[in-house]
Amino acid sequence: MTALASHAAAPTGARSRLRRLADSERFLAWALLAPAVVFIVALVGFPFVLALLYSVTNVTVGTQSASFVGLAKFRQAMESPAFWGAVRNTFLFTLVSQALVIVLAGTLARLLMMEFRGKWFVRLLILLPWVAPISLGSIGWLWIFDSIYSVINWTLRHIGIFGPETWPIWLGQPTLAMASIITVHVWRMLPLAAIIMLAGFSGIPKDIHDAAAIDGAGFWRRELQIILPLVLPIVLVAVLFGIVFTATDMIVIFIITRGGPFDSTQVLASLAYYTGIDGGDLAEGAAISLFLFPLLVAIAYLMLRLARRTEVT
Amino acid sequence: MATVETRKISKFYTHEQAAVDGIDLFIPEGEFIVFLGPSGCGKTTLLRMIAGLEHPTAGDVLIDDRVVTALAPRDRNIAMVFQSYALYPHMSVFDNIAFPLRARQFAKAEIPGKVRWAAEMFGIARFLERKPRELSGGERQRVALARALVREPQVFLLDEPLSNLDAKLRTSARDELQQFQRRIGTTTIYVTHDQVEAMGLGDRVVVLSQGKVRQVGKPLEVYDEPADTFVAGFLGSPPMNLIDRGSAILGFRPEHFLPIEARETGNDAVRFTFRVTRVEYLGADRLVYGMLEGGAGEAKVLSRLPSTVPLPVQLGERHEFVIGRRDLKFFDRQTGLRTAPIPL
Ligand SMILES: Nc1ncnc2c1ncn2[C@@H]1O[C@H](COP(=O)(O)OP(=O)(O)OP(=O)(O)O)[C@@H](O)[C@H]1O
Ligand SMILES: [Mg+2]
Repeated sequence: MTALASHAAAPTGARSRLRRLADSERFLAWALLAPAVVFIVALVGFPFVLALLYSVTNVTVGTQSASFVGLAKFRQAMESPAFWGAVRNTFLFTLVSQALVIVLAGTLARLLMMEFRGKWFVRLLILLPWVAPISLGSIGWLWIFDSIYSVINWTLRHIGIFGPETWPIWLGQPTLAMASIITVHVWRMLPLAAIIMLAGFSGIPKDIHDAAAIDGAGFWRRELQIILPLVLPIVLVAVLFGIVFTATDMIVIFIITRGGPFDSTQVLASLAYYTGIDGGDLAEGAAISLFLFPLLVAIAYLMLRLARRTEVT
Repeated sequence: MATVETRKISKFYTHEQAAVDGIDLFIPEGEFIVFLGPSGCGKTTLLRMIAGLEHPTAGDVLIDDRVVTALAPRDRNIAMVFQSYALYPHMSVFDNIAFPLRARQFAKAEIPGKVRWAAEMFGIARFLERKPRELSGGERQRVALARALVREPQVFLLDEPLSNLDAKLRTSARDELQQFQRRIGTTTIYVTHDQVEAMGLGDRVVVLSQGKVRQVGKPLEVYDEPADTFVAGFLGSPPMNLIDRGSAILGFRPEHFLPIEARETGNDAVRFTFRVTRVEYLGADRLVYGMLEGGAGEAKVLSRLPSTVPLPVQLGERHEFVIGRRDLKFFDRQTGLRTAPIPL
């Protein structure tokens, strides 16, 4: 008994020291957070600070030295028509694709709530675009929209909607190109949004649905007055994420249209890339990429506050 | 107000096991009926089929002599109170109570008056602006009742509406609920696994076990004249003593099993030799544990003595105890059903 007690009271060796460390919350908190912190500082914080620095200089890809030029690069960017076109496209691209994603993801999530045979397979199919590498998917879409081999056109022509010489050039006409880009982006964002919404819908207790059914609520009343308000906080998070992600992303555009035709699908992110890397004007590219930053911070703040306010229970 | 009837109603969630197994019930207009049974016996399933929230595998539900089996819940003119209350968390108390009215297209001008009437009925008029999360459990339960009452349905369905309240509140809520039902006279079906609630509230009690009705009757009937050993062993705390006596099972309530001094003995009483092994004090009562001796071997039984009756025996000693002949119940050994008395 005494031997046991003294042994427990005076632990020795490296093992017990480790165990003491593992019990210390302060140590654990830091140990577990450290990788994430390193990651964020290296891959987000550092480039962000670099962009801030670049945007107020006249640095280019080739030069070693750079001098401070104040806000001149911002002014230079705002004076070019391509910039304002990109701003317009960014808004159009973000708003339309997010609206579509929310409606489609909401519908999809509701369908996935139902019980039917082969549900697991449908779930798998829906998650596929998210799991598959985006570049691979986009190349598939490139083929779908191809000016000669497009399967859409082939189908439409065989149904008899288009004659032999009149089919649309999906990626060659400004409006169609934008629509194509939005389609691909919606296809890509849909799985995650649907899964997030599915979580929101599943979080509503069964009794609430039953109570609404007994109280006599019809389809629209149930959707709009019960279900929508209850999933709103989680939908807002999905929307926030979607907006920030869409407004800062360029992979789809880079692979499918490269901003064309005539800059009609050029968004700020892609313009910043083409100006800064391809065009070599690092400073102006940095200035362009920073343009949306205050706006996105404001949106994020607003959405999070709204989500907090509508929080239930 | 309406009658409710089920005809051979069954529910199979899986192929092997019936949750509800061919139940026939008739509930007359204005009755307060209680479904009582152990957990998992199918009470909620039966209630949900009457509500239309669950579709029966077989059989029919009739409300007011009309078959409603295929109708949606909203078309049955019933109201339900859930164990979780199922209040809409994002709506104020007012909007919660007004919701069924709005859903049924009541005139806009009519709604505030009706909501106020229902809220006053349950004493929650001062909470109308609050959200459910800002209410106590008892207040939430009243809001749920007000929401059910407000559109004056034909039938009230309540699924363990008091089980989330503390013991004291439950007693007063039970009392209020009964008075309220008497006042409005709406046919009410009340589900519980608490026999005290069932005894206190019901005009009649339906005792269920494993998806089947074991007995239907007034509270005293099911208590005094149990139809089988299940009902005998389920009702009462402690429940009826059941002992094996050869061809039959003999049953008697602990409170009828008294020391010989405590009872006038005539030829209507049966004597037993009882060896006391333990006494438990419960305040107003004492539970006396022991062995019944003689006859066809020993059997564990217990007696419930009011503390006003002296206990004339020490632990470990034998004593003569008696039971009134009318208080002895006999059950068939095979089926468990009541049988005629046999000579002891
Ligand atoms: N949705 C369901 N799917 C499969 N089985 C179910 C379902 N609902 C209930 N059951 C089963 O049916 C039986 C009856 O359940 P029910 O909920 O009606 O019991 P209960 O009498 O209300 O019990 P409790 O007092 O615990 O609420 C149980 O064995 C339960 O496991
Ligand atoms: Mg239940």
